[in-house]
Amino acid sequence: MGRQTPLFSEHERLGARIVPFGGWDMPLHYGSQIEEHHAVRRAAGMFDVSHMRPVDIEGEDAQTFLRRLLANDVAKLQSPGKALYSCMLNPAGGVVDDLIVYARGPNRYRLVVNAATADNDIAWMREHARDAALEIRPRDDLAMIAIQGPEARSRTEPLLPEAMRAEAMRLEPFFAADDERWFVGRTGYTGEDGFEIMLPAEEAADLWSALAEAGIRPCGLGARDTLRLEAGMNLYGQDMDDEIGPLESGLGWTLAWAPEERDFIGREALSKVRQDPNRRVFVGLLLTGRGVIRSHQKVLAEGREVGEITSGGFSPTLERSIALARVQPGMGETCEVEIRGKPVAARILKPPFVRHGRIRIDL
Amino acid sequence: MSDVPNDLKYSKTHEWVKDNGDGTLTVGITDHAQEALGDIVFVEAPEVGRKVGAGEATAVVESVKAASDIYSPLAGEIVEANAILTDTPDAINTSPYEDGWIFRFAPSDMSALDALLNAAAYEQVVEEED
Repeated sequence: MGRQTPLFSEHERLGARIVPFGGWDMPLHYGSQIEEHHAVRRAAGMFDVSHMRPVDIEGEDAQTFLRRLLANDVAKLQSPGKALYSCMLNPAGGVVDDLIVYARGPNRYRLVVNAATADNDIAWMREHARDAALEIRPRDDLAMIAIQGPEARSRTEPLLPEAMRAEAMRLEPFFAADDERWFVGRTGYTGEDGFEIMLPAEEAADLWSALAEAGIRPCGLGARDTLRLEAGMNLYGQDMDDEIGPLESGLGWTLAWAPEERDFIGREALSKVRQDPNRRVFVGLLLTGRGVIRSHQKVLAEGREVGEITSGGFSPTLERSIALARVQPGMGETCEVEIRGKPVAARILKPPFVRHGRIRIDL
Repeated sequence: MSDVPNDLKYSKTHEWVKDNGDGTLTVGITDHAQEALGDIVFVEAPEVGRKVGAGEATAVVESVKAASDIYSPLAGEIVEANAILTDTPDAINTSPYEDGWIFRFAPSDMSALDALLNAAAYEQVVEEED
């Protein structure tokens, strides 16, 4: 039996199939994962993501600390509410976790980390903060609901606290509105527009029911995974981990190398990896033969093993199997994936596969 | 509660078996199994003429979640695979006992059918799993 979010009884009432995930009991789907997926691409769906952990870091050394802790640079966050995606690396250049960090004001930040890694992340932060003048506060008192899809924001609008409604609707992507109780970010993990709302746990069930009444479909972790895969977004523990770093998992764009004097944890190790012409590259695959690609299957070229699937599955939007894979550099446009001992033809391409309801690759 | 028709035989691995009365048996997966697997997106069918042993992995059903082997409940020879599953694998979800059948085979010993589970015994298996 895992931990339960403040919305657990809502999930049970809706007949969700509950599965263990990162120490939590979470909804996998509420009937049909594929229908939930389509709801997000075509209208609006909502996800209980209260298992993810907000962590507030505040105090006069907060910015200095985060500029050392994170591989992306929080100094880029010039205005309050701005968000940044970053990896938190170990000295060997492996990924401790990937996270979103929001600026809330001078030396006030909110990070949101993954469920399974949260306790380890917080211990890591505390270890590196040592006696810096800052406070690290995990916000177990908050629930989090992601509302995603082309109609997500408009259907959510009337349910936002009136005082922050106008500001929330004016948000640019990757910005948040914050009234110190509710925190509404125009962010997500599906490749669609939408909000991620953090709010006091005791208010979560009311918001969830009101969102459902507004026609927003409850969606489980299953749809969340196929949506993020189509959007070409990485999943921690699968596409990268504490041994496989950002340069080999398509996350080079999240590393802030400038300014040169900023010595973030992992920088030295990654500087060497960066120069390595043989380092593996992260690509997207579209299966042209029949079957479904799964993680850990081998990627072959001319019968030789050249890489590994990190995330694979069925894309409901494309009605084909797609994957993310780590392969040798210099591959051509095609390869094979070994499925149950047999090579099946695939094309190599650059993710995303789908964004904002549109197919972004040639089928 | 899932649907378990009385006129079929069952395996512990969640296949159902129907006696066609012409020396062949039809095999599919139960309502309980399709529900547990989730949306089915691909079926790898056996080739006609293939000889299979009892309990041998004969077909593969892939859902959004994972791939699952489908076992032949008895030894025999494949005589037909359900062609509609190539384009509409989700027939297994919508109609597990009718449109969503997976393969038909000629058992080498029809009397072995008696050893499979009846509906009540299969319901017991499902209950013990939950």
